Amino acid sequence: MSLPTDRPATRWERFKDNDIVWSFFHSPGAVIAAVVTLLMILACVFAPVLAPFDPFDPAQISLWDGKLPPAWVEGGQPQYLLGTDNQGRDMLSTILYGGRLSIIVGLAAVCLGMVLGVTLGVVSGYVGGMTDAIIMRIADVQLTIPGILLAILINGIGRAVLPLELRDDFAIYVVIVAIGLTDWPQFARVARGATLVEANKEYVQAARIIGLPRWLIMIRHIFPNTLRPVLVIATIGLALAIISEATLSFLGQGIPPTTPSLGTLIRVGNEYLFSGLWWITFFPAIALVVLVFAVNLLGDWMRDALNPKLR
Amino acid sequence: MTTFILKRLAQSLLVMAVVSAISFSLFNFVGDPVNNMVGQDATREQRIEIRQQLGLDDPILTQYTRFMGNILSGDFGLSYRIKRPVDELILERLPATLELVFVSAIIALAVGITLGVYTGIRRKSWVSRVILSTSLIGVSLPTFIIGIALIYVFAVHLRWLPSSGRSGTVDLGWWKTSLLTVDGWRAILLPAITLSLFQLTLILRLVRAEMMEVMRTDFIKFARARGLAERAINFRHALRNTLVPVITIIGLNIGGLIAFSVITETVFQWPGTGLMFIQAVDFVDVPIMAAYLVFVALLFVLINLIVDILYFVVDPRIRLGS
Repeated sequence: MSLPTDRPATRWERFKDNDIVWSFFHSPGAVIAAVVTLLMILACVFAPVLAPFDPFDPAQISLWDGKLPPAWVEGGQPQYLLGTDNQGRDMLSTILYGGRLSIIVGLAAVCLGMVLGVTLGVVSGYVGGMTDAIIMRIADVQLTIPGILLAILINGIGRAVLPLELRDDFAIYVVIVAIGLTDWPQFARVARGATLVEANKEYVQAARIIGLPRWLIMIRHIFPNTLRPVLVIATIGLALAIISEATLSFLGQGIPPTTPSLGTLIRVGNEYLFSGLWWITFFPAIALVVLVFAVNLLGDWMRDALNPKLR
Repeated sequence: MTTFILKRLAQSLLVMAVVSAISFSLFNFVGDPVNNMVGQDATREQRIEIRQQLGLDDPILTQYTRFMGNILSGDFGLSYRIKRPVDELILERLPATLELVFVSAIIALAVGITLGVYTGIRRKSWVSRVILSTSLIGVSLPTFIIGIALIYVFAVHLRWLPSSGRSGTVDLGWWKTSLLTVDGWRAILLPAITLSLFQLTLILRLVRAEMMEVMRTDFIKFARARGLAERAINFRHALRNTLVPVITIIGLNIGGLIAFSVITETVFQWPGTGLMFIQAVDFVDVPIMAAYLVFVALLFVLINLIVDILYFVVDPRIRLGS
C-alpha cells in the first residue's frame, strides 16, 4: 500500500498497487518464468537479427561444416556455438528459427481455440436452453478423449484430405486447425461459467431493459468479463499447444523439414543419435523443454493469482 | 438406474454414428477409390464396371447404410497399401499395443502407489521432496523426449536394452505375446516405462494427496491410540481408504495410455496399432485410417460408459441426484 498523499495516485503507482502485480513481484518463480518466457519469445521473434547464420540460405551452408560438435567440445569450431547439423546448418540459428515457428503455431492454435471456445461458451451460457445443452454435451464428449490423440486424428484426416503436392505447403495450417479444434472445450467451459455469473448482474439487466440486442450485450458486456479466467486457460493452453505441435512434427505429421520447427528438428536429429551426434537432438529438445516449462510455471502462477478463492 | 444407463447408451451410440459418418466421408472424399483399386492404366469401361461393383453410383444414403452394415460385421475393406483385410491387420497388431499398455499400467500403479504412500507419510523428508520435484518435471516433459532420452541412455550409451522393435514373441495361436521370453521383456521395458511415466506421476500425486487427507482423520488417530503397528495403520487402514478415487482415475487413464501409445510406438518403432495409424496417414491408406478412427472411438465410448456406470454404483449421491 502506498502512503496517503495529497496528489492523486499516478498511473504507475496504481499499477504497482494492483494486487496481481504485487503478487507477481513477490513470487520469484513467476518472475523467473516470465523473464525466461519473454527472453525466449524475443530471441525467436528477432531470430533473423540475432541468429549468426541464415539456415534457409544455401549460400551460407556448406556440407564441409556438417556434423560439427559444439564449440567447447574437441573438434568444434568457435563460429558454430552449438555445433552444426547433418547439412552443415548452425544449430543455434536453426533452433532460433525453429522456436519461432513453434511459438507462432502455438499462439495461432491457442487463438483459434480461444475464439471458437469463448464464442461458443458465451453463447451457450447466455442463450441457454437447447443451444446450451447441445454445445456443452459436445464439449463433454470431446473432453473425454485425450487432446493429443484428437489432434493426431484431426491432423491425420486433414493431411489425407489435401492432395500430396499441397501437403507440405499447408501442413502448418492443418496443424494449427487440428490443435485449435482440440482445445476449444476448455475455453468454452470457462467462458460459459463466467457468463452465467455475469448474466444475472444488474448492469446486464439494465442493458437488456434499454433494449440492446442480445449479440451486442454478449460482445460488449459479457465477453470482457470472461477474459480473466480465459487468460489462465490460454497460458496453460499455449504450453500444451507447443507440446502438441512438437509431438505432431516429431511423428512426421506436422511441420515439414524444409521449414523446421523444434519438433521437426528433434525428429531429424533423432536419426543421428545412434552415430553419437547427440547435439543435433539435444539442443532443440532442451529449448523445447525450457520453453514449455517456463510457460507452464507462468500459467500455474496466473491460475493461483487470478483465483479469488486463494487471495 | 435404467434411464441413466439408457441415456448414456444413447449418447454413446450418437458419438459412434458421428465418428462412423466421418470415416465414411473419408472414403468418399479422400482420393479416388477406383484409382486405388485398379491403378492409373485401367480403361474407361473397367472403371465404370468397378464403380458399379463398388456401388459408388448409388444414392449416398444407400452407400452409408451399406458401409455401416460392413462396419458392424467388422469389414473395413482392403488396405490400399498392403492389400489385406483391415480387420485382420488390426487384430494382428492389437496384442502389441495391449501388452504395452498393460505393462505400463502395472508399472505406473506399482511405482506410483508406492511412492505416493511414501511421500504422503514422510511428508518432510528430503527424499519426498526430491521425488515430488522430479515428478513435476516428469509432467511437463513431452512423451517423445522422455523416449529419446531413455533410448540414448540405455540403448546407445549403456547398450543394456534394445532401442526399438518388438522381439522374442511367442505365438499362442490367436495372440502373439512378448511377455514369455527374456528378449521380449527387454524390448518392452523402455517403451513401457516411457508410456507409464506420465500416468505414474498422476497416480503418485493423487495417492499422496489422499493419504495426507486420510492420515488426518479420526479413525487413524484412534488406530494409533489403540497402539497398532505403524505398518498396519499405513497399509490396512490408510491406503485402503485412498483406493476408491485411485481406481476411478485409473479407469479413465487407460484411455490416456492408449492415446500416448501412438507416440511411444512411433518413437520405439513398436509394431502396434498406433504405429500402423501413423504409417497409414503417411500413405493416405484410408481403410486403415477409417478403421482406426472407429476403433479408438469405440474404445473411448466403452471406457467412459463403464466408468460412468461404476460412478453410479460407487457414489450414492449420483443415484439420488438423477
